[in-house]
Amino acid sequence: MAENDTAEMADNGTAEEIIICQDVCKWFGDFQALKDCNLRVQAQEVVVIIGPSGSGKSTFIRCINRLEEHQAGDIIVDGIPLTRDVRNIEQIRSETGMVFQQFNLFPHLTVLENITLAPIHVRKMRKDEARDTAMGLLNRVGIPEQADKYPGQLSGGQQQRVAIARSLAMSPKIMLFDEPTSALDPEMIKEVLDVMQELAETGMTMLVVTHEMGFAREVAHRIVFMDGGEIMEVGTPEHFFTNAQHERTKLFLSQIL
Amino acid sequence: MQTIHASQVKPPFYRDERILGIISQVLIVVIVLGLGLFFFSNMISGLREKHSVAISFTFLSQGAGFDIGESLIEYSRERTYFRAFVVGLLNTFQVAFLGIVIATALGIVIGVMRLSTNFLISRIAAVYIEIFRNIPLLVLLIFWAQAVFLKLPRVAEAFVLPGPIFLSNRGIAIPWGIPTESWGTFLIVLVAGILLGAVVVYLLREQGKRTGRMPLVTLWFIVTVAAVGFVGWIVLPQPLTLEQPKLEGFNTQGGKILSQQFMALLSGLVIYTAAFIAEVVRAGIQSVSKGQREASTALGLTAGQTLRLIIFPQALRVIIPPLTSQYLNLTKNSSLAIAIGYPDLFAVAGNTILNQTGREIEMFTMIMGTYLSLSLLTSLLMNMYNKRIRLVER
Repeated sequence: MAENDTAEMADNGTAEEIIICQDVCKWFGDFQALKDCNLRVQAQEVVVIIGPSGSGKSTFIRCINRLEEHQAGDIIVDGIPLTRDVRNIEQIRSETGMVFQQFNLFPHLTVLENITLAPIHVRKMRKDEARDTAMGLLNRVGIPEQADKYPGQLSGGQQQRVAIARSLAMSPKIMLFDEPTSALDPEMIKEVLDVMQELAETGMTMLVVTHEMGFAREVAHRIVFMDGGEIMEVGTPEHFFTNAQHERTKLFLSQIL
Repeated sequence: MQTIHASQVKPPFYRDERILGIISQVLIVVIVLGLGLFFFSNMISGLREKHSVAISFTFLSQGAGFDIGESLIEYSRERTYFRAFVVGLLNTFQVAFLGIVIATALGIVIGVMRLSTNFLISRIAAVYIEIFRNIPLLVLLIFWAQAVFLKLPRVAEAFVLPGPIFLSNRGIAIPWGIPTESWGTFLIVLVAGILLGAVVVYLLREQGKRTGRMPLVTLWFIVTVAAVGFVGWIVLPQPLTLEQPKLEGFNTQGGKILSQQFMALLSGLVIYTAAFIAEVVRAGIQSVSKGQREASTALGLTAGQTLRLIIFPQALRVIIPPLTSQYLNLTKNSSLAIAIGYPDLFAVAGNTILNQTGREIEMFTMIMGTYLSLSLLTSLLMNMYNKRIRLVER
């Protein structure tokens, strides 16, 4: 099955499409959270998803690594179809990193242990090797001196940078960000956005749900606008901020800009 | 500019926060002391009228003159009351310790099962919990004694499990290691092994600090101790021999015999307490926020790894205090042993010794003091552990 899909994609010359979502639907009980969502993300592309709260943005990216199960439509990540097949789910999860609004660091582990946990237990990496990698990542997000502290001792911005380092430790091909700055004090938002911008410049494929329009304008290759569980409009930042087509997009932008 | 002297305005004493605080403390102390004094003098005068016997513990060194069904230390009817008391205490200790260990393991399994997404598994756990925590423990104990262990066949027709293990209405006979002459020496070798292991750990830590690469300290400790123990076992002429129980006439000989009273008490306590521990474990696991599981899942950890590495360590800090209460309950509930004839502390001291000597005040002081010490010791250990696993906040 997986081989067939990959072959088919190669024929169509779309092998670079690392995430393919086709007619994805999701219900919570009677409430339809996602309605026929279609999106194709190229490798190394940064896609920002915006929209009013309750519009299904988070649900959409949570479907991509199976934190939520979609009930109709197809999701293919790096050529692996996301089905009930446990092996496929595991593979996709090990290729995608996720950063949460509430950081979700493990409070009983030190910063270093937070980062080395998955490489040691999932990738079976040697402890000292995992530690070296983790220190490298902490340097990259700018807080190597916090390695032996516990998450509860860090500021929100520092915690979120640790969370990013923790995801990167698994060397993912895709990073999913679920409102990474929404729980932060204003003065800490920039330090997290800077890290994300650097990450984008290294060619990481990123799917970012955010309300930071400055970030969307500067870093995104494409912006997706969602409302009521539907993808209303997709376009480049210039298109979006100067020439939005849809009435609801214009209304949303006028409210937040 | 006008200066403000708000802090120098004194309220009347009956509205002064600090004075009210002191007054209430003094009142409480006076009430508690007064009540204590009243009850104590009441007891003393009551004793003087009834007995005219002074409180004394010298009877403890007199001969006991009664047998005890089972004992962890050497005992016969010629020994003293004090010896009998210690036998009871050790029996209580034995059943409480084993009970706590087994009930914890069973409780964790059932508590985790209760939260399983598999409908059947979680239902089975729920039914277990609701049945066993809603039956009085005394009923459960007598059920195990009368309806299970006493209904096993007579010794001559005992069930034999591979091992061999004999199940009969006398209890369960299992193979057991019998120490030989070199056992003492072997224990010394083992202690030496542990000391050597500690030295190895220290050296490795030092080396780790110098090179910045921590070796697998725990592993090397286990390897060292195991190696020393193995050498000791080979060199010494068999520190332990495995003795297997045999059928001999109307009884089993050799091995270790777990009496039917002991088994009934242990089973009852374990099954009853495990139901409560399961609920404690469930509450603890549910107290960990959903985001923790999501973050762990997103990192690619399996459900089992998530439970073991993320959920459980955090659930522990919620689990420990109520778990401690369950341990204390189990220890204290073991005094129901008297109903099924197991010679625990209360059966020996609160029944037999008390009836023979008539020393109520002395015996109850000792019994209560002992249970209190056991419980406080358990609490202390659990509190120390709880402090160690506390989360570090800023």
